[in-house]
Amino acid sequence: MEIIYLLIPISLVFVGVILWAFLWAVRSGQFDDLEGPAHQILMDDDDIPPADGRGD
Amino acid sequence: MLSTTAETVAPMLMDMPTRADARCFHCGEPVPAGTDLPVEIEGVNQPMCCLGCQAAAKLIVGAGLAEFYRHRTSVSPRVEEMPAAVRERLAAFDHPAVRRQFTRQRADGAAECSLMLEKVACPACLWLIERYLAQQPGVMEVGVNYSTRRARIVHGAEVEVSSLIRGIEQLGYDAQPYDPQRQQLGSDRERRTLLRRLGVALVLGMQVMMVATAFYFDQGYIAADHRQFLNAINLLLTTPVVFYSGMGFLQSAWRGLRGGTLNMDLSVSLGVLLAYLGSAWNTWADRGTTYFDAVVMFVTFLLAARYLEFMARARATETVERMGRRLPLLARRINPAAEGGAEMAAPAELKPGDRVLIRPGEEVPADGVVAEGVSTVNEALLTGESAPLRKQGGDPLLGGSINVDNPLQMTVTRVGEKTLLAGIVEALERALGERPRLTALADRIAGWFVGAVLGVASLTAIAGIAAHTEHWFANVLAVLVITCPCALSLAAPAALTCAINALMSRGVLVVRSAAIETAARVNHVVFDKTGTLTRGAPRLAHTELLGSRREAECLALAAALEWHSEHPIALAFRQAVGGLRVPSATGVINEPGAGIHGEIDGRRWFLGSPQFIAAHTGQQPPAAGSAGPVGTTVMLADQEGPVAVFTLLDEVRPEAAAVVRALRDRGLRVTLLTGDQQLVSAAVAEAIGIGDWRAGMNPQAKLQAVRELQGGGAVVMMVGDGVNDAPVLAGAQVSIAMGSGAALAHSSADMVLLRGDLRGVLEAVEHARKSRRIIRGNLWWALFYNVIGLPAAVLGLVNPLIAAAGMSVSSLFVLGNALRLRRVSEAG
Repeated sequence: MEIIYLLIPISLVFVGVILWAFLWAVRSGQFDDLEGPAHQILMDDDDIPPADGRGD
Repeated sequence: MLSTTAETVAPMLMDMPTRADARCFHCGEPVPAGTDLPVEIEGVNQPMCCLGCQAAAKLIVGAGLAEFYRHRTSVSPRVEEMPAAVRERLAAFDHPAVRRQFTRQRADGAAECSLMLEKVACPACLWLIERYLAQQPGVMEVGVNYSTRRARIVHGAEVEVSSLIRGIEQLGYDAQPYDPQRQQLGSDRERRTLLRRLGVALVLGMQVMMVATAFYFDQGYIAADHRQFLNAINLLLTTPVVFYSGMGFLQSAWRGLRGGTLNMDLSVSLGVLLAYLGSAWNTWADRGTTYFDAVVMFVTFLLAARYLEFMARARATETVERMGRRLPLLARRINPAAEGGAEMAAPAELKPGDRVLIRPGEEVPADGVVAEGVSTVNEALLTGESAPLRKQGGDPLLGGSINVDNPLQMTVTRVGEKTLLAGIVEALERALGERPRLTALADRIAGWFVGAVLGVASLTAIAGIAAHTEHWFANVLAVLVITCPCALSLAAPAALTCAINALMSRGVLVVRSAAIETAARVNHVVFDKTGTLTRGAPRLAHTELLGSRREAECLALAAALEWHSEHPIALAFRQAVGGLRVPSATGVINEPGAGIHGEIDGRRWFLGSPQFIAAHTGQQPPAAGSAGPVGTTVMLADQEGPVAVFTLLDEVRPEAAAVVRALRDRGLRVTLLTGDQQLVSAAVAEAIGIGDWRAGMNPQAKLQAVRELQGGGAVVMMVGDGVNDAPVLAGAQVSIAMGSGAALAHSSADMVLLRGDLRGVLEAVEHARKSRRIIRGNLWWALFYNVIGLPAAVLGLVNPLIAAAGMSVSSLFVLGNALRLRRVSEAG
């Protein structure tokens, strides 16, 4: 079972990475608007209105 | 080209809008017969119900955003034509003094402003606004937050914010600028901090639990050096959870301790710190058990409950803030030197003796007297007087009241702190400061709980040392962990969060969660009258026909005359006329406080008081209102004589009587305190069935009356809406404001009735009592658990697996019990 001396520190590294990613996400405002992105991806510019004359 | 094809298609569809069942493509309301306002949307002519909707639809199509109509999931708000007064006050946003409040100058020369968006029905509306704003000249960057419905706009310094808002209003939505520095940022920072703490506790907690699981199933085959290694890892992982995630509890406990109180956070902190330090000691000494798993679970559960509670509270304050927001107040000071003879000035800049012009629909900026003009002024929010008062030369005007009919010139007599409004605000602040001190139920219980736990722990230690037991310290730790008032500390927050959410879904906003605990003990409910028990605006209650004309016809004529007036009576007629087609009146002349007349289809019509009708038609009108209820009488007449008599009432809310009765059935006493006159108050009190009422009371008298009740041992819940209610709302143990009321009332209330439905008062009392029952149930459970667990812990019979399992089960039980609050209340 000496392997835990290697595996557990590795898991700690993973924990560190996860924490860093989480804190970055909070800081950069990823959790500020939990509704918008779901809708924005559906209603975006790639849906060209027919008024542009390019609708086909 | 595509547009040409569409134009040829259009005529075939032209007759569509006139179909009887046609509905406005924009707002979904029926299209009145004879209205023909088509707009071509994505190649199809769609019917519109009014010019406002047509303009909005054209604006959307013109901006190339027609796909909005495909994406929206609910119809859009009907686009009303903006009253001239509102349009003019929008211009106030460009006044430098006002603009500075909500725009921020950026280093690169651009400006940044923040808007709160209103009347938004679905995400597509927000998308539409975002796209529309982005297209405006000078706008560089637009960010719309879909959850908070706020927009952040970066624009060139030359862009007028009022034009952006006007654009949004033309689309049929509302926007109000706000100061992000002052309002939003505070709670944003708090939310992010809480989220970070919770996230750290969750991530590290999972690791700790993973290692702890190994110990749960240990039958003695973990080698001693492995055990110490695993414990050391857990110590490493738990340290940030205690000192970063748990910092809020430690700080609050320390503050409480310095203030001389044993609060809930103290018991939390003690449990966490002792278990942590003990486990750390055991790790270092490499003996006994460790409780890192208990520590992280405890902190995580508590943080989760706090986060939920915080979100519910943030949502509540946000909504209240939105309702209280108004256009900025700027006074029009008369100055012959200025352009147009008047200049805009902030109320603070006014001096006694200044002449100020007040247009209809505007607020009076300071106390003063009428210098010129005749109008009616609505003082309902300030004094509780329900009917607008006629004001002419020499009559006093109160700052904060609203000019209704005609422009008025006022000579300012008192400004700033000397005005009546400032006096009310001062009384409010005093009342808030003297608010009856109430210690929260959970905190009170925590006090003795902490004492008892510490007592038992010391006894265990003494007994252990006296008996020379080897593991006395492990036993002390077990006592602390097993009694670690997990269930107790979860009991109150979880139940309160559920109650807050359940009330929110019924239109009751809880601004201060502690109010729920107090509301359960309320035994006396005090109501205000105008705007609270009554609607606060007159409604057409009865129509008596004197001629051969039909009721609908008379109503349409009356509404036509009143179409452009902002008088409450005019609003009543406009509301009563509903979807009827209203003819247009020309040459309308308004005689404030008396009546209005104008020409419709070549005939002159008169609408007003019986005296007004008599004076204009030369005929004595018949004794009015004999058949109808007592209220304001308004007559409609042509030159030949009266054709209809309308009776308008400040109608009692339909649910008021039932709510008062239900409150009585629950053993509560009910009192009515109002600033209105005796006669009106008596009628309302009788209609609702309140025996105990007092009229003609000013804010101080109301507060005094409530103080007297409290002196007699009553726990008072105050329900009100006006500025004049603000001090008494702050002085009562629990206060509820009507959502339609004044901003000042909201700011001093514990709860706000969003839908203006009085049944919310009953809901609040019911939910408060229910959550008290559940909190008590939870506390009993915690006690029961401790009675079983404590002796076992003292005797050293509890192994870590049992302690952890017991704690989880008790936490889940408590949460489940609290969630019951949600389910039961939805069924009932």
